[in-house]
Amino acid sequence: MSKPTMNWAAIDADPRFQALHRKKTTFLWGLMILSTVYYFLLPIGAAYYQDLFKIKVWGVVNIGILFALSEFVVAWTIAYVYSKKANAEFDAMAQEIINDAHKMGA
Amino acid sequence: MTKTLNKFALSAAALLASGSALAATGAVADEFKWMTFAVFGVIIAITMGITYWAAKHTHTTSEFYAAGRSVSGVQNGWAIAGDYLSAASFLGIAGLISLYGYDGFMYSVGWLVAYITVLLVIAEPCRNIGKFTMGDILAFRNEPKKVKTVAALSTITVSTFYLTAQMVGGGVLIKTLIGIDYEISVIGVGILMLAYVVFGGMKATTWVQIIKASLLVTASILLVMFVWMPYGFSLPDYLSAVVGDSKVQAQVAKLLGDKATTMTAAELGQRFLEPGLFLKSPIDQISLGMALVLGTAGMPHILMRFFTVPTAQAARLSVIWAMAIIGGFYVLTLFLGTGAAMLVGPAKIASIDPGGNMAGPLLAQYLGGGADSMLGNFFLAFVAAVAFATIVAVVAGLVLAAASAMAHDIYVGVIRGDHATPQEQVVAARVASVIVGIMAITVGIMAKGQNVAHLVALAFAVAASSNLPAVFLTLYWKKCNTGGIIAGMLVGAITAIALVMVSPNMTYPQAVIKAAKKVIEGEPASEAKPAVEAKPGEGFACELFAVCKKAEPAKHAELAKPAKPGTREKLVTLQAKLDAATDEAEKKTIQGDLEKVKKAHDKAEGDLKKFEGQTTSMVGLEKPFFLLKNPGLISIPLGFLAVIIGSLLYRDQRAEDMWDELYVRQNTGIHAEAASAH
Repeated sequence: MSKPTMNWAAIDADPRFQALHRKKTTFLWGLMILSTVYYFLLPIGAAYYQDLFKIKVWGVVNIGILFALSEFVVAWTIAYVYSKKANAEFDAMAQEIINDAHKMGA
Repeated sequence: MTKTLNKFALSAAALLASGSALAATGAVADEFKWMTFAVFGVIIAITMGITYWAAKHTHTTSEFYAAGRSVSGVQNGWAIAGDYLSAASFLGIAGLISLYGYDGFMYSVGWLVAYITVLLVIAEPCRNIGKFTMGDILAFRNEPKKVKTVAALSTITVSTFYLTAQMVGGGVLIKTLIGIDYEISVIGVGILMLAYVVFGGMKATTWVQIIKASLLVTASILLVMFVWMPYGFSLPDYLSAVVGDSKVQAQVAKLLGDKATTMTAAELGQRFLEPGLFLKSPIDQISLGMALVLGTAGMPHILMRFFTVPTAQAARLSVIWAMAIIGGFYVLTLFLGTGAAMLVGPAKIASIDPGGNMAGPLLAQYLGGGADSMLGNFFLAFVAAVAFATIVAVVAGLVLAAASAMAHDIYVGVIRGDHATPQEQVVAARVASVIVGIMAITVGIMAKGQNVAHLVALAFAVAASSNLPAVFLTLYWKKCNTGGIIAGMLVGAITAIALVMVSPNMTYPQAVIKAAKKVIEGEPASEAKPAVEAKPGEGFACELFAVCKKAEPAKHAELAKPAKPGTREKLVTLQAKLDAATDEAEKKTIQGDLEKVKKAHDKAEGDLKKFEGQTTSMVGLEKPFFLLKNPGLISIPLGFLAVIIGSLLYRDQRAEDMWDELYVRQNTGIHAEAASAH
């Protein structure tokens, strides 16, 4: 059960870890801000832009309904984009650091 | 058992006598109740079998709290959906859509978007850093005893609010569906849930949640197929049938009141698909949205699910699956809700449950062939059983979260200073589960008849204002420390609770008495009123607190209105009509109307009696001081602020020194708790 001690400061200072940190931070914050802004557009639109939401575009289906449905699509897309990026890029970068972690700072 | 059977026989007789005993004895007619119980029985038998199997594999703390970290990502995704889709969202949102159209659907969006936060900032770090509880994450680089105590307090608070809402909601629901007494329902749900948790731990709870989620999804897909198929799965064709329905148009006319007089039937129907029939305050909407988006990620029973998977990658996959299932389900509720509105009718749905909770079950009954058909009642029985499984699964997850805080954080972590033997820890976990379970049953019975709807929103608000700022800043801010965690969690939780105590959610006797008097005595005639222009408020703070003038929207001109009779007068006129009526069919309709009016009258009388002489709410207010129903807008920023200020004032070198380790580990998963080998 005992785990080998690591030199955490050295791993943190490693350029590969710093690169992972930078990439992840920008990417995650970008997606987070995008999803929050898009979500709050719905109650704001429903309250202040009712005339826009009422416009019928597809039979009786109006912009409001399409916008509410698009919230689902956007949420799913963000989740998909993140997992694609994490699976393809972040995991590989992390794995490289894990492989060399015990040697860092030694 | 014989007593209950006797009761069924009695109510069956009552049913034959009155012919309209639907609301009184439950939505499932007595002659078909055996079907509901058969489906209940099958579900209970299967879950008990699973519990028996799980109990044989549950010996260590890791197995009890985290199912040995051997749950796969896909399984965990289904379990999260099962944990999250409570009866409130399963029946409640379909109900809101059936009564208010667009606004009900808009309300459902936030519950899915919330998972973006879970996916991007919480799931993977928690899996990499955590062990069994939120307290473990917070204790990583802070003083364990102090932060575990506040974390456990907050976990137990949030879980208790949510649990109370679930127990009361569940009791009422089972009573409305099949007419079992409220107390018996609560005790039944409690005992069943305790059996899963105490014997089978997280493993049994996980599988109960997976089964429940699959039943829910299957039932919803089938119902939507039936509703949508006649329209060739075309969205515009289907929705134009909905807006063309006279029952839907009548509902919109009722909701709009005077404004509806100048609208055509087509306009009324179309209005059902436009916003503004239910949600009136955008600021309140945004406040609720904040609580959902940040609160879900701070819900202890959701956090706990991420400790059950073997790796961070599996945690990621589980959120993706959960989002697909939860989102897909909410899209289906659009069809369930509008379908119930079109086929069953909002008036009938609201007559059985004013909140609309019976929309889904009644739709199922209609699609199967109606109240008198075998298939219709089988459908209803199936949906009722799914609702039952839903309550049990959600309650089990909550009890496990609260029990883990009590046993793992408080008993093992604080009282025993982490020196308990593995056997002692498992015993403590089981004992804590029994304590929380009994507490849930007791609170559920004590809260009978109380207004608990705001407790769900409150649970999310506390989680968002107390748990999330603490977890988020400890994971992502180097200077965060014990002082900040304690300050933030206390300030966040106390502000959220205090604001709700003075909000419109509480019962204000004067308003209740006024409304009841209006029901009984009716309204006097009013003269025509000219249009009123919008009045600007005295600033943003006035929209939140009752200290200054709020902005008022413009009002349309009103025509003169004749006096509206109250129930007292209506009872007399209806009785006279009944006596004069000769035709049997006519007599029956009048009888039905009479019963409805009598019910409203009795309720108003009851309210008058209940609040007689009272002028102030529980905390001594005549009117709400805080004007929003959801406190998140204020309490969430305050929670974050308190963590920051507390951390800066407290200063803890150790917490800063540990930052490198925490940050590396949460991003790489080095030294993460491993899955137990089987």
